[in-house]
Amino acid sequence: MNPRLTLATARRVLLQLRADHRTLVLMIAVPCVLLGLLAWIFNGTPVFDSVGAPFLGVFPFVVMFVITSVATLRERSSGTLERLLSTPLGKGDFLGGYALAFGLLAVVQALVATGFAIWVCGLDVAGPGSLLVVVAVVDAVLGTATGLFVSAFARTEFQAVQFMPAFVLPQFLLCGLLVPRNGLPRVLELVSDVLPLSYAVDAMRTLTSQVDAAGDVGRDVAIVAAFAVGAIALGSLTLRRRTP
Amino acid sequence: MTSDESPAVVVDDLHVVRGSREVLPGISLSVPRGQVVGLLGPNGGGKTTLLRSIVGVQIIAGGTVTVLGEPAGSPSLRSRVGYVTQEASVYADLTVRANLNYFAALVGAPRADVDRVIEVVDLGAEADSRVDRLSGGQRSRVSLGAALVGSPELLVLDEPTVGLDPVLRRDLWALFRGLASEGTTLLVSSHVMDEATRCDRLLLLREGRLLADDSPDGLLARTGAPDAEQAFFALIETEGAA
Repeated sequence: MNPRLTLATARRVLLQLRADHRTLVLMIAVPCVLLGLLAWIFNGTPVFDSVGAPFLGVFPFVVMFVITSVATLRERSSGTLERLLSTPLGKGDFLGGYALAFGLLAVVQALVATGFAIWVCGLDVAGPGSLLVVVAVVDAVLGTATGLFVSAFARTEFQAVQFMPAFVLPQFLLCGLLVPRNGLPRVLELVSDVLPLSYAVDAMRTLTSQVDAAGDVGRDVAIVAAFAVGAIALGSLTLRRRTP
Repeated sequence: MTSDESPAVVVDDLHVVRGSREVLPGISLSVPRGQVVGLLGPNGGGKTTLLRSIVGVQIIAGGTVTVLGEPAGSPSLRSRVGYVTQEASVYADLTVRANLNYFAALVGAPRADVDRVIEVVDLGAEADSRVDRLSGGQRSRVSLGAALVGSPELLVLDEPTVGLDPVLRRDLWALFRGLASEGTTLLVSSHVMDEATRCDRLLLLREGRLLADDSPDGLLARTGAPDAEQAFFALIETEGAA
């Protein structure tokens, strides 16, 4: 990897996003609208305080997953990827550039969504609000990393979009939001143990209920980050300089 | 280092299989330095596969491809060889300048080189327009420009003139000649035979096999044909008779 090439790629991806105002607005506004809706549904009950934070972790994961998988697929189908891989650009630079650009955007998204949840929707969590942002950003990077990996298996944009329910919904069902993970049937609990979103939601739940949460949250964040690194490493294996 | 007298590209007994079909069943050729070499032949004859093998993005089944003295696809060649695919492979949602800036960064070319290339491909007035707002001809010149930044020693161009109007085609060939006079080697594919006369050397490719590797004049003299297209037909017939 070459930091100069990674940064040039991140810069280029950000320039492309800057030109696409509607996507930017959707990325920032949709999580806020959904959180607002959630707070409204549970108006007058304590439920929002317990599920608000976990949802704050799920939204950036989903949004970044979809955006990244489509963006990378576009790169593959437009011929630009083949062209890039005939230049000195390394695979790590390509993936790192995307992860960096979307990661930066995730920071903005997480800051806005967390601020909105706390100040507008009145989300009350025991742990520090700054940790909410950290967990949300790591979740977004996980979404980016998984999206990069999955896009290698999609031939068309229709398929890429279908990977969202295929990859994301099962994780959502098993992550402990609907039924606590230790209340799941044993087999499903074991499955949920190897899904990254489970740890993302665990971290958020810990933040919801514990004042001194840094230790447990740190461990969960490290696990989510390890999944993200693993997905990027697997993704780089799917990029080939030579093709049939 | 090799001397400048050695060929820019040497292909020796290259076999390429795509799917169940042997697209290139053992082809050998060389491309001299500082010349414009035309790779001509009908569609589906293996031109793109041959170019991809020279750039080093094609999985090959056998043989060797040596480019600028090194095996094709070597890391050190990645900034010395420029490749322009048939489709304009640039970012449609970026401006011309943003595209060229990015490709310049990848090959380590200075920013000033981008201004030079924008002039060379005659897109000065469109430099700050998004590529998806440009015409097809302008778009393919952006794609060409992306390969020109950093002044590669070898340019591999796949059908760069397809779909362009006659004036643009003339201008592009003038540009290719200018690049060659400065020492760049160009390998240009085309299925339009009348472009043959603009090349220093011709490679005629049909069904994965080389029908001719000659200068335009040599080709006409050998076949007695009045133009390249007739020469091509004559070669097919002699081959069929043999």
